[in-house]
Amino acid sequence: MKTGKQRTLYVLKNLLLLIYAVFALFPLIWMILISFKSDTEVFTTTFLFHPTLANYREVLIRSDYGRYIRDSVVVSGGAVLVSIIVGVPAAYALARYNFPRKEDLAFQILSYKFAPEILVVLPLFMIYQKIGLYDSYLGLIWVYQLISLPLLIWVVRGYFEDISVEIEYAAQVDGYSWYQIFFKMLVPLIKPGLVSSALLAFIFAWNSFTFPLILSSNKVYPVTVAIMKYLGTDSAHYGQLAVASTVSALPAMIFALCIQKHLVRGLSFGAVKG
Amino acid sequence: MAAKKKSNEKSDLNKVPFSTRVRPYMIVAPSLIITIGIMVPFAMAIWYSLTNYSFKLPNHKFIGIQNWVNMLGDASFWGAVKISVLYGTISTVIEMLLGLGVAILLNNLNNGLSKVLRVLLVFPLMIAPVTATIVWQLMLNSSVGIVEKLLNIFGVYNFPWAAAPGTAMMTVILIDVWINTAFIILLVLAGLQSLPKSPFESAKIDGGSAWFNFINLTLPMLKPSLYIALLFRFMAALQEYAIIFALTKGGPGDSLMSLSLTAYQKGFKFQKFGAAIPYILVLWLIINIAAKRIVNRQRAAQKQAAGLEE
Repeated sequence: MKTGKQRTLYVLKNLLLLIYAVFALFPLIWMILISFKSDTEVFTTTFLFHPTLANYREVLIRSDYGRYIRDSVVVSGGAVLVSIIVGVPAAYALARYNFPRKEDLAFQILSYKFAPEILVVLPLFMIYQKIGLYDSYLGLIWVYQLISLPLLIWVVRGYFEDISVEIEYAAQVDGYSWYQIFFKMLVPLIKPGLVSSALLAFIFAWNSFTFPLILSSNKVYPVTVAIMKYLGTDSAHYGQLAVASTVSALPAMIFALCIQKHLVRGLSFGAVKG
Repeated sequence: MAAKKKSNEKSDLNKVPFSTRVRPYMIVAPSLIITIGIMVPFAMAIWYSLTNYSFKLPNHKFIGIQNWVNMLGDASFWGAVKISVLYGTISTVIEMLLGLGVAILLNNLNNGLSKVLRVLLVFPLMIAPVTATIVWQLMLNSSVGIVEKLLNIFGVYNFPWAAAPGTAMMTVILIDVWINTAFIILLVLAGLQSLPKSPFESAKIDGGSAWFNFINLTLPMLKPSLYIALLFRFMAALQEYAIIFALTKGGPGDSLMSLSLTAYQKGFKFQKFGAAIPYILVLWLIINIAAKRIVNRQRAAQKQAAGLEE
């Protein structure tokens, strides 16, 4: 009888997952539907309407949307890259070493997430104009560290702490250099944490609105600011907004697809743990 | 840093060579150098809270604690605190429970459905929150909205959603849950994927029930990741601005005027930047206290989990 019970449980689990999936995915499908509607049909039709490509034409061909996407990719991608380069070693040090004020330092890094961006953005605007970082890639990549770095460091730190020190010592005894240990052994072990936090950091940097709105204007023009144009001051262009948002989500979706297989831990974990 | 080293001179740390002692600081330094610059605008903002700084005025002058007195004397201030805390707590609790449940299902079921959904379920997070809110607004629309059509089947007509003070908070939380549960799912799923296998293998031999293993093995080992997810979600939920603004601009009435919204309204709409800052600093303080408590628990859970895995 047990197999019958397990069977029911299996079906139930799939069903629950499916219900959540409908909730999570239906609005996305709805958004894509809207992207094919003309502005007049947005408020008059539910499913039946005359599909049009006019919104896509307007956004993708008649505007500089490609450029906005490129700016967003450069700024968000750059921000995550910088965060990984400085953040992963920091996470390692905060996990491995015991040193005075360690928890204070970690909390200091976390504290950059304590206030909405509006608190620092106006003083930052004045500083940026003085030192020439206003409206530049570097300026945004730098300020985006407030979004990406705390998350990356705190998530990855936990994964480093899960790895027992003995494995590292054992590898040292076996004659591996620190770099070999770090890249060949530790990095595969922290991979699920690293890729998930990098993806989240990328998404949050991508969606950041207040910083690019105030700290950049013409030369650097990320998508989130550009999207606001379709909300117009006189009338909102829902169809164009839907197109812009759908297209804007593509880079993060591709990123998510690429890292999917790395979300699963490296094979070596089972062998080196406990 | 020099002062710190000096104070440790007396402890047994000074037996360790100097280079070893500074090494961790050196490794953390780049992260701090990159972000420490933010202390300057932070300090400037605190200064502005003591001035009548506004975009409309060419100059600003020191007015002492007037902005703070005004805020504390404002009847709507405590309401704003309550709305921020209530909104942050309810949405975070729902997202944590839902996210944990979905992540466990995704991890548990190793079939095609779960493999596809592992990627797809993160997608809501990738839509700009303002757009997500507008799409929901259209779905909830009382004449052509799909949700309204669905409710009509059950005999419910013209459900007010964001239009009534009683249901506005619920509507914003619904949208928040839709967007941000994905954040919890992704972090918890990564945590589940990195749990060591051997404790579960020995548990299998011992023949414990699935529920027993979950409570005694999975949950304690997953706790550090759960606390991290809780920490970052709660901090962001307390500050939520985009969804509420896009949906109701803080209304109907003052029913959704949280600290963030009040600050943005004062700062940008009324152009009184100096008067807006105290609201944000109160928010900063609330989040600081909450974060400290969650971090302490996370550190304790991490130590406990490390013991379990050895």
